[in-house]
Amino acid sequence: MSRAALAAAGLGLLCLVSVAVGVGDLRVAGIGRDAEADLLLFVSRLPRTAAVVLTGATMAVAGLVMQVIARNRFVEPTTAGTGESAALGLLLVTILAPTASLPAKMGVATLTALAGTAVFLAIVRRLPPTQPLLVPLVGLVYGGIIGAGVTFLGYETDLLQYIAVWTSGEFSGVLRGRYELLWIAGAVAVVAYVFADRFTIASLGREASVGLGVSYGAMVALGLGIVAMTTAMVVVTVGMIPFVGLVVPNLVSRAMGDNLRRTLPYVAASGAGLVLACDILGRLIRYPYEIPVGTVFGVVGSAIFLWLLLAPPRRA
Amino acid sequence: MPDRRLVLLALLLAAAAAAFLLIGARGSWSFLLAFRGQRLLALALVGAAVGVATVMFQTVSGNRILTPAIMGFDALYLLIQSGLVMALGATAYVQIDPRAKFLAEAAVMMLAASTLFAALLGRGRSDLYRLLLVGIIFGTLFRSLTNLVQRLIDPNEFAIFQGAAFARFSNVDTGLLAAAALLVALGAGYGWAARHALDVATLGREAAVSLGVEHDRLSRRTLIAVALLVSATTALVGPVTFFGLLVASLAYVLFPEPRHGLLLPAAALIGATALVAGQTLFERLLGMASTLSVVVEFGGGFLFLFLLLWRRR
Repeated sequence: MSRAALAAAGLGLLCLVSVAVGVGDLRVAGIGRDAEADLLLFVSRLPRTAAVVLTGATMAVAGLVMQVIARNRFVEPTTAGTGESAALGLLLVTILAPTASLPAKMGVATLTALAGTAVFLAIVRRLPPTQPLLVPLVGLVYGGIIGAGVTFLGYETDLLQYIAVWTSGEFSGVLRGRYELLWIAGAVAVVAYVFADRFTIASLGREASVGLGVSYGAMVALGLGIVAMTTAMVVVTVGMIPFVGLVVPNLVSRAMGDNLRRTLPYVAASGAGLVLACDILGRLIRYPYEIPVGTVFGVVGSAIFLWLLLAPPRRA
Repeated sequence: MPDRRLVLLALLLAAAAAAFLLIGARGSWSFLLAFRGQRLLALALVGAAVGVATVMFQTVSGNRILTPAIMGFDALYLLIQSGLVMALGATAYVQIDPRAKFLAEAAVMMLAASTLFAALLGRGRSDLYRLLLVGIIFGTLFRSLTNLVQRLIDPNEFAIFQGAAFARFSNVDTGLLAAAALLVALGAGYGWAARHALDVATLGREAAVSLGVEHDRLSRRTLIAVALLVSATTALVGPVTFFGLLVASLAYVLFPEPRHGLLLPAAALIGATALVAGQTLFERLLGMASTLSVVVEFGGGFLFLFLLLWRRR
């Protein structure tokens, strides 16, 4: 079986399991005939599975794009202050204009995520290229500072509960009508695929890409937009999941190299599969209770991250 | 004749303590002094322990950015705590004497921290940034595992444990004060006894070994002492990430000479003064009870970035 078929089959299997697992009893025979079974399937199970797949895939793609524009393998939206900046924007809208519509809130969150990430990139440009690990280090602390500001504001305005929702990913609240924004993130990921070749060239650096006729500045701007929009959508609908965008592209890159045209679909599929597996695990460990996917992935993701850091690289 | 800077710091601490006890005091003095006195002792103890632990840790790890808290010591303690709850069962856990529990947790912590971090420090000595990043990610891993374990214990009682995730200077657990003081005395006492060896260790591992200091043994024992100190502070107030970094950096500014006979007491005094004065300021004067920890994290984060970006060696 080819690699593509294998990936598709694996993801499909996980989707089936995700649809089948849950506290309510889903009778397959009842689908299409029994109103209750249809309700369960189309209002709860299918939207949840779609939300998980979209989140995993788009976060992984956003992480990969982030790594290209920062030219560093160890960055992603949660190690660059992007998620915290989006949460800051949402918090500000909630405080200053509580009646704002959802699209307006999304817009503000996207803008603050964009600004926060742009500042991070400006800091990164000043760092010596010989120290690749300094970049995620600075990013984590940078995110921590913004996060401390968000916590302070939230504490003073009694909005800490909202912040907990935005910063810890959880899918248990996903129903039809509550996750559709994620399809926009999916569309943004498709845009990333359209420009995959140019991103591959941009990953070689400013001189190389200008020499090959690709506007480096435009690619960085586009990448920033993709990362900020995806992060804002995910933060507002399900909350941040740490390290998805970091570990998935690195694992895929270890196996398949760095040609984005070839690897991007696998990055998306692996991201979706990994988050889906963690979500299913979170639903099963303490059945009938649920453990948020952010918690499960926090363990899985940081363990893989540690392995990436400590294991000797396969290629020189 | 003690160093004049130390005397000055001690006077500052006394002033902060007096302000903490007296500002806004009303009602029965005996109750007030007993109540505030306990909290004052706890805050001073935590501040001093964090300061001493950070200086000792930075000396044996050979850098001035890394602190026990950034490496995930606090998170490890919380993980051990919730792991113990899971192993014993929540009901049994509640019935045990809290002091016995605390000492048992500290013992496990000593063992775990000294093996894990001694291995990490030995391996990462040459590459500070990798060590830092690994430490931070270990912290994330411990925190996620703690979350997971807490959810596994009983999702309905989850909220009981959730309070431990934030540092709480305004709500110190004074029941453990005596046991914590014992651990701090042990840990800081080791640091004092080893102060001359620590002076030599600042020269670096090779130089220290050639001068007759067994660096590996010193680091392992220092890590055990640091684990004791961190157990005490985390049990009393919860995790504080960047406070130790702030205190230790201040101590280095005031005492540029690498003499631990001065550095350790200075760090202890600065830490205690900072916590007591900060809590007085925020609680009594500004009326914002729980924000000191947030301000400390904010300022400490900036200092960390500064050290990382502009003061690289």
